[in-house]
Amino acid sequence: MKKIFYILILFLFKFNTAYSLIEVDITRGNLDPLPIAVSPLHVDPQSDNYQDNKTKELGELISSVVEKNFRSTGLFNPLNKDAFVQKPDIAHLKPRFEDWRLITAQALVTGKLLLKDEKLKIEFRLWDVAANKEMIALAFTTTPSNWRRVAHIISDKIYERLTGESGYFDTRIIYVSETGPRTQRVKKLAIMDQDGENTKYLTLGNELVLTPRFNPTNQLVTYLSYFRNLPRVYLLDIETGIQEVVGNFPGMTFAPRFSPDGKKIIMSFAKNGNSDIYTMDLESRLVEKITEDSSIDTSPSYSPDGKYITFNSDRSGLQQIYTMKSDGSGVKRISFGDGLYGTPVWSPRGDLIAFTKVRRGKFYIGVMRSDGSGERLLTENFYQEAPSWSPNGRLLVFYRETKAGKNGQGFTAKLWSIDITGYNERELKTETDASDPSWSSLLSK
Amino acid sequence: MKFNKKITNLLIILISTFALSACSTAKKSGTVGSDVYSGTDTVEYLASGVKDRVFFATNKSGLTTASRDTLRKQASWMRKNKKINVVLEGHGDERGTREYNLALAEKRANAARDYLLTYGISGKRISVISYGKEKPVNSASTPLSWSQNRRSVTVKTK
Repeated sequence: MKKIFYILILFLFKFNTAYSLIEVDITRGNLDPLPIAVSPLHVDPQSDNYQDNKTKELGELISSVVEKNFRSTGLFNPLNKDAFVQKPDIAHLKPRFEDWRLITAQALVTGKLLLKDEKLKIEFRLWDVAANKEMIALAFTTTPSNWRRVAHIISDKIYERLTGESGYFDTRIIYVSETGPRTQRVKKLAIMDQDGENTKYLTLGNELVLTPRFNPTNQLVTYLSYFRNLPRVYLLDIETGIQEVVGNFPGMTFAPRFSPDGKKIIMSFAKNGNSDIYTMDLESRLVEKITEDSSIDTSPSYSPDGKYITFNSDRSGLQQIYTMKSDGSGVKRISFGDGLYGTPVWSPRGDLIAFTKVRRGKFYIGVMRSDGSGERLLTENFYQEAPSWSPNGRLLVFYRETKAGKNGQGFTAKLWSIDITGYNERELKTETDASDPSWSSLLSK
Repeated sequence: MKFNKKITNLLIILISTFALSACSTAKKSGTVGSDVYSGTDTVEYLASGVKDRVFFATNKSGLTTASRDTLRKQASWMRKNKKINVVLEGHGDERGTREYNLALAEKRANAARDYLLTYGISGKRISVISYGKEKPVNSASTPLSWSQNRRSVTVKTK
């Protein structure tokens, strides 16, 4: 991916970031989203086919992707373009701030694109309307087919500038696409951009596949496949499509995840009715047993520094969440609330563990600190599980299933995301039913 | 649009309110006694009088008296039909997390396997596979359906 995508960041202007007035507090939720005007990118007259409608449309498409990203955060309120008074090209040079203030905009995004010699150059600026000043000015050069990714990168830069957090728009989500009746469900690995675009199917649906997870560089995916009816952990290279079995032990290997350095896979291995946690070094293929208990130990997830592991065990009698050192020592139960706890997954920031909780017939997605304190339930539903963190640790994506009637009518499985404040719960539209989402890290770091 | 630290306090209040409301809206639905399926609606037969499956309680892998009876009949059928090998397919219901269900269903199928072994069936004739919650026999979201889906099914391989 990286090879075909060169980003050239040119700092067009020295940007003064010291005293800006706009700031979006991401911990607030969406009580009062920031009004932002995203002016369509105008086409530089020096472009090839300057008058071509397609070229003009590209500017509008890019700004609409940016706008959609902002709206999806719940933190921004992109203003209606009909109200814009200044032409995009003039605004990009120097906005008349009083005009933008009139339509309540507090931030303004302007931009320009130059399409020349099969190269697309996009420059954009972010303006603080209240303070009458420029906040960022950046330019990217890429191939025209990469316009969508540039739109996401621009979104990330603006989000970062306004919230002080790293962005998450230039990312993808891998998930399991589901079709057909419940008793004969067809499942395929699918991948899409974070905003639901560019869906691609990575397997054909001939065998059951579950729980795909990215490696830290987003090139590999580890997942469970029932190829030849042998449930085993596999590795898939997204670019080449090459699949290989990694957990080929006599028994079942499942619940795989990468270590934060990408060198190991941690997974469950079930044999003779007992599931324990193992790691496999991908280079040396050395296998190490991490837990040894007669109960079920599964759903392991590393802390971002790789020093700890959180996992799910029923050693106390029912499903609870535990942590331990990465060598398996120092096992500590951290969930003590009323109910069952599953699918612990460590935040990329290291402070929180997200989980699924089952209590009195309802399913919750929640977070707690890694010592088990400060449990917060974010959303309640009939069935939902398997949270996965956005790379900036601000959102969780998970899947939700609806209650089925007789013969399974009304059953759906969909992806949802929620901010860890508990706000901005929204469905991520997928072409088919979907489950087991896993969020990539930022594609361009 | 400038925010100060007071917002953080407000946020904490908001979050706790949300968490509380989330808790208070959870409906009570206590489980009623044993929830092991005892009917025959989904059951198939390996031979006359030999049921192909046993059922389990929620989150459990223990065999009931009825399950042991079924497995003893399977064992005696296997002793009579020495060329037959079987695979035990373990399953869970939709009310658990996927990965835990995979482990639990593996445990259920192995509970059935262990019982067959104690009745003299060679381990070489029995393989085990877990399908977790992936292959329900009844696709409704009802306690009856869930009880029919928590099962270990003995399937002939040859």
